[in-house]
Amino acid sequence: MRALRNFFYQHKFIEVETPVMIPAPAPEENIESVTAERGFLRTSPELAMKVLLADGVQRMFQMGPAFRHNEFGRKHREEFTILEYYAVNWDYMQLADFTTRMIAEAFKSVTGSSVTEYRGKLLDLSQVEYITVEEAYRKYADADCFELAPEKFDELMVLKVEPQLGNGKLTVLKDYPVEYAALSRRSAKDTRVAERWEIYACGIELGNAFGELTDPAEQRRRFALANEVRRRNSMRSYPEPGEFYSALERGIPESSGCAIGVDRLVMLLCGADDIADVRA
Amino acid sequence: MYSASDLKKGLKIEIDGSPWVITEFDFCKPGKGTALYRCRMKNMITGVGMEHTYRPTDKIEQPNIEEREMYYSYFDGHHYVFSDPNTYEEMSVSAETLGNQIYFLLEDSLCNFVLYNGEPIEITLPTFIEKEIVETEPGVRGDTATNVTKPAKIDNGYEIQVPLFINQGDIVKIDTRTGTYAERVSKK
Repeated sequence: MRALRNFFYQHKFIEVETPVMIPAPAPEENIESVTAERGFLRTSPELAMKVLLADGVQRMFQMGPAFRHNEFGRKHREEFTILEYYAVNWDYMQLADFTTRMIAEAFKSVTGSSVTEYRGKLLDLSQVEYITVEEAYRKYADADCFELAPEKFDELMVLKVEPQLGNGKLTVLKDYPVEYAALSRRSAKDTRVAERWEIYACGIELGNAFGELTDPAEQRRRFALANEVRRRNSMRSYPEPGEFYSALERGIPESSGCAIGVDRLVMLLCGADDIADVRA
Repeated sequence: MYSASDLKKGLKIEIDGSPWVITEFDFCKPGKGTALYRCRMKNMITGVGMEHTYRPTDKIEQPNIEEREMYYSYFDGHHYVFSDPNTYEEMSVSAETLGNQIYFLLEDSLCNFVLYNGEPIEITLPTFIEKEIVETEPGVRGDTATNVTKPAKIDNGYEIQVPLFINQGDIVKIDTRTGTYAERVSKK
């Protein structure tokens, strides 16, 4: 953790802390929050940190707890440690480059080398492979990612695509079809895809990043859509994230942001197969 | 009905009218995507294994499974009869269901029953029972090595492998899970 923090300080990021208990989580189709007595436990610090972006913070990071209801498995806990960071005026791929160097540096400062072995597989964190979602689905699942129903998209992701990612090096899986954009903006170069990437090592998803969506109208539309899906799946409805909306109206600058699962990074570092081994 | 989020290792579920127990379980979920619940399971009657992946909206049948303790009472000539310690209700079990365990039934021993739709599918006897050796080659005095064995019979004719130092008339402890010799209790 110190190694991660050092890397941010070196690159002129300030450390921030935003509330863990919040009045209104972002409505997401597949993430459910844990209820607190007066509000909810954050599923990520995203909305609060974007308010800080609108307030003029240029580069910031935060490391702390996040909670996701009913997520429990070898790579999931309801409470986990999230590392989230934003940089104004950085392109999403610039952030990918930064992130891969951060992970390699963190390993190097802990183990003395950016080469590690995870469960019998050699992993050189200084090597990075970039692959688009379209390419990955064609190559590993023999499928067209633009044609798939969402359920099938996720199933192939888990069963076919993810196991092939991060073999021997870090993989940045980028340019998700716009249906899976979440809070990322549509790419200007290819309107079928959004500026979103995820980073993998040894088949494990370590983090997710966006070229941030800053258009208030588009953001409201996406949340409305997510709420609609949540209603259909009889998930809870949340209060409107008022502060976040007003930050959008004030203007969130062009920026990119990323969230890393710190526990999974530690799993890689320790060779742990189960997240239980790296949490108290 | 169970929902997919109830799935975990050891949970018993019903698929197409058979009971299954989940032997391995993993929760997989792309950060922003839908969860998949990957299960490896074993059929509780046939022992056959299979894999199945569930989605969050899947509903899974709950089997009518009950566990209870019963005393072994007697053999009625066709069936082995057990009785409930509280209600004295009797239940007859066929030799087929019990398998090799018929040799280790002792009167009044407390057995654990797993019932599926009221029918016993698994019966667990006390782990160790004591039996007298009624037939074996004479023991070799002084030889206490246990890695060399010889056949021996207990009162109901069941044959086990015992160490050379065991004599006819000795009482031995038998592990009912494996049907093998565990230790000598007393010498004749």
